[in-house]
Amino acid sequence: MEDRKLKIHVENLKKSFGSLEVLKDISTDIYEGEVVVVIGPSGSGKSTFLRCLNRLEEATGGKIIVDDMDVTSKKTNINKLRENVGMVFQHFNLFNNLNILGNLTLAPNMLKKCSKAEAKERALEMLQKVGLVEKKDSYPSQLSGGQKQRIAIARALCMKPDIMLFDEPTSALDPEMVGEVLQVMKDLAADGMTMVIVTHEMGFAREVADRVLFMDGGYIVEEGTPQEVLQNPKEQRTIDFLNKVL
Amino acid sequence: MVKIITVYGNMLIAAMGKTLLLALLGLFFACIIGLLFGLLGVVKSRVCNIISQIFVDIVRGVPMIVLAFFVYFGAPYFFNTIIGGFNVTLSALQAGTICLALNCGAYMAEIIRAGIQSVDIGQMEAARSLGLSYGMAMRKVVLPQAIRTMIPTFINQFIITLKDTSILSVIGFPELVNTAKNVQANTFMAFQTWAIVGIMYLIVITILSRCAKVMERRLNVGR
Repeated sequence: MEDRKLKIHVENLKKSFGSLEVLKDISTDIYEGEVVVVIGPSGSGKSTFLRCLNRLEEATGGKIIVDDMDVTSKKTNINKLRENVGMVFQHFNLFNNLNILGNLTLAPNMLKKCSKAEAKERALEMLQKVGLVEKKDSYPSQLSGGQKQRIAIARALCMKPDIMLFDEPTSALDPEMVGEVLQVMKDLAADGMTMVIVTHEMGFAREVADRVLFMDGGYIVEEGTPQEVLQNPKEQRTIDFLNKVL
Repeated sequence: MVKIITVYGNMLIAAMGKTLLLALLGLFFACIIGLLFGLLGVVKSRVCNIISQIFVDIVRGVPMIVLAFFVYFGAPYFFNTIIGGFNVTLSALQAGTICLALNCGAYMAEIIRAGIQSVDIGQMEAARSLGLSYGMAMRKVVLPQAIRTMIPTFINQFIITLKDTSILSVIGFPELVNTAKNVQANTFMAFQTWAIVGIMYLIVITILSRCAKVMERRLNVGR
């Protein structure tokens, strides 16, 4: 593991909202190609942790290095960094004013990543990947939840990111649609994408994760392989949590 | 009635033209002012938010007739006499346009601010997470969605502004009400004169609001 390239370095990360301290002291390293699943009870700071990684939330303390860029430094061009870090949201957040192709090509076109023709080609390729080419001219409101989330993943991939962040990507989906989204994520993991995933899907964590982080109360309480954390948890809080969800 | 129409008809129609001109000029600048202060109201800067709020509060807190006198008589007096050395003169059309632009602009600012804030924050976050700047995200994702929700209130504001031009008769701009006053003074036919003027406003505003409804429906396609 250590000879692989370090993609995300988090050191003593702290985050407060006013007087509420959500992240108390988080440190971890994530390497290229690693799939890290973050689990924990609601309010434990999982989503906040994830959102700090691309500065959707500003850290109040500590240090985050992503792709050799200092996320916590004011001098860093955060837009440049975000081009390489895709994010998928719980509520999809597809652009309602644009059709699917528009959603996929907006950022590549605006940021001049490539020519318009290449952007479109790439978009179609990504739609192929998530199995929704036939929806290219539809609007977000015409799609099911599972389809929207697959499009959201495709949209992020159009920027050719080398890290993908997933914030509870299946939590807002009807149960029968969870599988199709997880399948797309599995494919992505198999392709070697570096992924950080906040989820409640324990089965997915067991199957796909290289490493599981269990968070509670603003700390990483326990981390290790799925085998270690999910089958043989050592901390009492992990055991209590797993008893409730499994 | 017939006499008024035959003798003063063209004059009243020309005056309606002036009313529409004033309303359009006022609205045009009101849109610019509204967009500016509306955006100042939503950006992540306390100072900008406060500037926007102060502007809106001042303009909304002053009756338009006072604003009209202030712009037409007060402002030139301030520059020419109190400060001195200036020679500012405003035509009634210029003063009227400024007055409408400020007044309507303040309401537009509130409409735009509320419209932008009605768009789910996730839209902005998703756009930013792809690497788009705040300005790009606003222009390409948030504003197009905000404008759709604003259209009905915009139309409402448009009609209010059109009617508010009548207030500007007090500074002597020859719009419809001012002209009608002259017609009444010449003919003494108060009932007929004001009935005709009322109907003229009614026709124009009804046509405009019908057009606006059609436009609204067109824009909603594909939503």
